[in-house]
Amino acid sequence: MTASSTGEVFPPTHSVGLVEPQVCQFNQPLHLASGSVLQDWQLMIETYGELNTDASNAVLICHALSGNHHAAGYHSEDDTKPGWWDAYIGPGKPIDTQHFFVVSLNNLGGCHGSTGPSSIDPATGQPFGPDFPVLTVSDWVDSQALLADRLGIQQWAAIVGGSLGGMQVLEWSLRYPQRLRHAVVVASSPKLSAQNIAFNEVARQAIMSDPEFCDGRYQEADVIPRHGVALARMVGHITYLSEHSMGEKFGRDLRTDKLNYGFGIDFEVESYLRYQGKSFSERFDANTYLLMTKALDYFDPAKTFDGDLVKALAPIQCRFLVVSFSTDWRFSPRHSEELVNALTAAQKRVSYARIKSPHGHDAFLIPDERYEAVFTAFMQRAAQEIKQGEAS
Amino acid sequence: MRQDLTIIANWVEPNSRVLDLACGDGELLHYLEENKGVVGYGLEIDAEQITACIARGVDVLEQDLNRGLSNFANSSYDTVIMTQALQVLRRQDLALDEMLRVGQEAIVTFPNFAHWTNRFYLSWKGQMPMSKTLPHQWYDTPNIHLFTFKDFEALCHKKGLKILDRAVGDFAYKSHWKARLWPNLFGEVAIYRIGR
Repeated sequence: MTASSTGEVFPPTHSVGLVEPQVCQFNQPLHLASGSVLQDWQLMIETYGELNTDASNAVLICHALSGNHHAAGYHSEDDTKPGWWDAYIGPGKPIDTQHFFVVSLNNLGGCHGSTGPSSIDPATGQPFGPDFPVLTVSDWVDSQALLADRLGIQQWAAIVGGSLGGMQVLEWSLRYPQRLRHAVVVASSPKLSAQNIAFNEVARQAIMSDPEFCDGRYQEADVIPRHGVALARMVGHITYLSEHSMGEKFGRDLRTDKLNYGFGIDFEVESYLRYQGKSFSERFDANTYLLMTKALDYFDPAKTFDGDLVKALAPIQCRFLVVSFSTDWRFSPRHSEELVNALTAAQKRVSYARIKSPHGHDAFLIPDERYEAVFTAFMQRAAQEIKQGEAS
Repeated sequence: MRQDLTIIANWVEPNSRVLDLACGDGELLHYLEENKGVVGYGLEIDAEQITACIARGVDVLEQDLNRGLSNFANSSYDTVIMTQALQVLRRQDLALDEMLRVGQEAIVTFPNFAHWTNRFYLSWKGQMPMSKTLPHQWYDTPNIHLFTFKDFEALCHKKGLKILDRAVGDFAYKSHWKARLWPNLFGEVAIYRIGR
């Protein structure tokens, strides 16, 4: 431990501390649901904790729409913020790195180091841009399975994810049922509702109607469709919060002490949204945003079973923990309960908790006593099984 | 294990499918899974109890029983159990209907309001009875529908439900000759197994 310039001790307690991303290069074709094939591709990953000798303690983290491989810890002592799920990953936290070897990756199509639209297409020497194939949740899971092979992990102790990440967890349990023992699906859904798809479409239209989008070839034109991406993020952000949490945070507070009688910023909430949109547009690729929202829209494992989710869930072998949040209206508890009811009808092992939280969809990222307790209890069972397996 | 749970465990068929309504910390389901090869889920609404279930490896679903069991199909379980919770529900008659729609059989336990101590308490003190089985004040009790063995059996009769088994005892579910002879007067708690 060292003391930083601010005088605080680094790393904070219960942190995985300094972490370093690494690149996994794959020179094997990945056949995608769209019919396209990715020949050479790479995944950016981070790992926390130690893999045990029989590789039975591995936990995979699947990220949501705008997430990436940096789920926990710090890249440097000067980082102001840790990884996006640091509240839940680390020594003594629900995903306890004293027991588990945690793998977190940036999904294919992402913009944080894994092969995606902003990568160079070897065929043309130019960025893929809009030519990057549209990916599905099952494509991601296939690429993650190859990553597991690479890391020597035959079976995950658990696969965990919130929102779009939860969809990947569900897809794993259907596509590779023998390759995981526990599944944690948080604030997610077995399929999007029309309203959800509609929000995604507004986000896509915001991006595509930005003149600087250049039909997706903005990199070659050396511009960024920042207004479109910012607008997409602003819409998304509203749906991740609850009316209550926005009210608590901003109320009708004014930026200055009077109304301006113009169309600039009057209210704090406007300023906040503009800031969120702007900072997001500077770090997130527009084509990746389009691609991720499409993967969300397409996900529907029941589709090939005439909409019968119970039938679709037949292959499942792992135990599930499903968690929803009371004020989440983007992936409301009803979505989680649809999955839970199908799991019980299919006679699969599942526990379900509906957490009271004021934070809307974002609750899955925010510390909460009850959420942590339920999550910890489930993960501790998974850890106990590993110990029993080692002892026998 | 609690005496009532031991009796219930004896009534549950090995390797059957069980739904335990208001399952508490999952003690009964855990016992049934470990010792009788039973599979099933507990339903619970209390946050701490739900965590306790998960910690001991019992599958538990957060669900308000007052909203019924519409998410479970007809005859999808062998036995639907409810221990010491019937009296806290809004509509016991509908709860019994739901239990026997989802399960082939139902097992319920509840305190007998006609137990002699309650009668004595009410008639002599003129106040709502309090006891080990009814520890709450009238204003903060979760037991919003108290009833007697006779009431329950009358309801079963009215609904055409069969009472397949009954065990009557004191607070610790110990049987006594008086309770066997005059259950509605000397029985403190009862366990009923009912079917259609």
